[in-house]
Amino acid sequence: MATLVLIVAGGLVTSTGSGLAVPDWPNTYGWFMFSFPLSKMVGGIFYEHGHRLIASTVGLLTIILAAWLWKSDPRRWVRRLGFIGLGAVIAQGLLGGLTVILLLPAPVSIAHAGLAQLFFCITVSLALFTSRGWIEGYSQDTTTTTENTENTEKRKRQKSPVGSVRSVVNRQTDNGVLRKLASATTIIIYAQILLGATMRHTGAGLAIPDFPLAFGRLVPPLDRLAASPVAIHFSHRVGAVVVSLLVMALARRIWKYHRQRPELLRLAQGMLVLLLAQVTLGGLTVLSGKAVALNTAHVVTGAMLLGTSLVIALRARRASFIESARPIDVEAGASAREDAGAAPILQT
Amino acid sequence: MRILTGLVLVGLLVGVIGCGGGSQAPSTSSAPAAPAGMKVDESKAGNVRGKVVLDGQAPKADAIKMNADPVCLKEAKSDNQTEFFVVGDGGALQNVFVYVKDGLGNYVFDTPTQPVVIDQKGCRYHPHVFGIRVGQPLEILNSDPTLHNIHAVPKTNAEFNTGQPIQGMKTTHTFTTPEVMVPFKCDVHGWMNANLGVMTHPYFAVSDKGGAFELKTLPAGTYTIEAWHEKLGPQTQSVTIGPNETKEISFTFKMTT
Repeated sequence: MATLVLIVAGGLVTSTGSGLAVPDWPNTYGWFMFSFPLSKMVGGIFYEHGHRLIASTVGLLTIILAAWLWKSDPRRWVRRLGFIGLGAVIAQGLLGGLTVILLLPAPVSIAHAGLAQLFFCITVSLALFTSRGWIEGYSQDTTTTTENTENTEKRKRQKSPVGSVRSVVNRQTDNGVLRKLASATTIIIYAQILLGATMRHTGAGLAIPDFPLAFGRLVPPLDRLAASPVAIHFSHRVGAVVVSLLVMALARRIWKYHRQRPELLRLAQGMLVLLLAQVTLGGLTVLSGKAVALNTAHVVTGAMLLGTSLVIALRARRASFIESARPIDVEAGASAREDAGAAPILQT
Repeated sequence: MRILTGLVLVGLLVGVIGCGGGSQAPSTSSAPAAPAGMKVDESKAGNVRGKVVLDGQAPKADAIKMNADPVCLKEAKSDNQTEFFVVGDGGALQNVFVYVKDGLGNYVFDTPTQPVVIDQKGCRYHPHVFGIRVGQPLEILNSDPTLHNIHAVPKTNAEFNTGQPIQGMKTTHTFTTPEVMVPFKCDVHGWMNANLGVMTHPYFAVSDKGGAFELKTLPAGTYTIEAWHEKLGPQTQSVTIGPNETKEISFTFKMTT
């Protein structure tokens, strides 16, 4: 949640054009960042310095998270992911400073925006991996419903019979098509966010002034499309169509074959709502001439869409995480967890 | 001697043939180029003066909301409106940068050491449009009891962004390349903007409240004069002046909706 707030703050910095309101870094007008007087947080400084303070808080929280995971989580890959998150947030801070010192060159600013989303994905993943549902299993993970038409058809096509309950469970919860579709959707949403960041940081946000048409047509005239801002802007619109198709396909698949899994169904429903909101916000951003609130909401909703798609992709792959894990501490720690009704923690 | 005379004649002939393309030269620079390093003889110089007018109804100036900074609200005592179109009687258009764009040839000019000052006062830039010479110091002053950053966004000169958190702070900057125009902005106070023309010569002016401007001590010749307005863009016209002559010209910017 703190990372999402940080993305809101970062979005506000760009939307209000406050990226260089504080010319120095890591200091703020010569003050040590944390001793800068609150009374001087005016105009663009409010957004830029506020962004730095929130980023510092997120950095501190990430240090605590990484240390906590290192100390208490038995899964090596989760502990490593905690440190990768810490590395990402440090790199993100340095990129933020660099883009200020270098006067907002587009490549650095785009990298800053892109890494922000990757760091958000890491924090979302860590929240998921440490959640009760992920550790203990979702309600449908242990059922072998015969209503799962897709898997039933798959089983029929298989030469060898299903060997065990576990393999049935894995195919059901770790369905290949779902995994691939969810992963592809997540990657394409991320690519679309990078395109959006490119548009944002090259000043191409209003290169096509109308919506939903482009210069009154479905496709801009070629002579206009030759201009890079128009091409970047139009690519983002094409990307929106691709993302929409993928999100709808993913939601349809979950509705059709996995509706008995609430941990996927709820997210699929949420993702459709987010998609509708995101397309609407994108259009309104153009029509309003990049109104600050709409522009920022578009950035944040994009991040939420990415996070939702990522969680679906990871939950669709949960069985493969579990399958590659080995039970640990069965005798000591796990017995206590089982007493409390929890499944044993697994470690790679 | 005969050989020497012959060589000189051949040289002159080649020169004449070489200059035969004179009619192909840019019409904006038909005055004979001054010898390299030549200074203007002010006793024979003329002037170009004139007026800039706006044809049409200027858009109403927007009120500037300074709520983002209480200090600005307090300091900005006068009417706070945008300065994009400052129009006086008879359509007189203020804040138009007028300068000799072409025709000066190889004249050289001393670089002034006296700084040009831009002041941040009442959370506005003073002046709003102004000129400076290449190499001449620009003194940036913060007269406000609040923080400003002055952010120049040139295309050919080096971009800079300087913080001035303390009232009375001064910073000096010089520009290395001629450029029309260099925009200035304050990222703290988004409404603050100014424009600077960087010149290699002293023939520039900014139209005043009456739309008037004057380019003084111009040597005789034919010049391209450009008038630049921050919203309406540039306009050019050619003018020829003789020794000690003063020519009147005018620029009319049409307001398109």
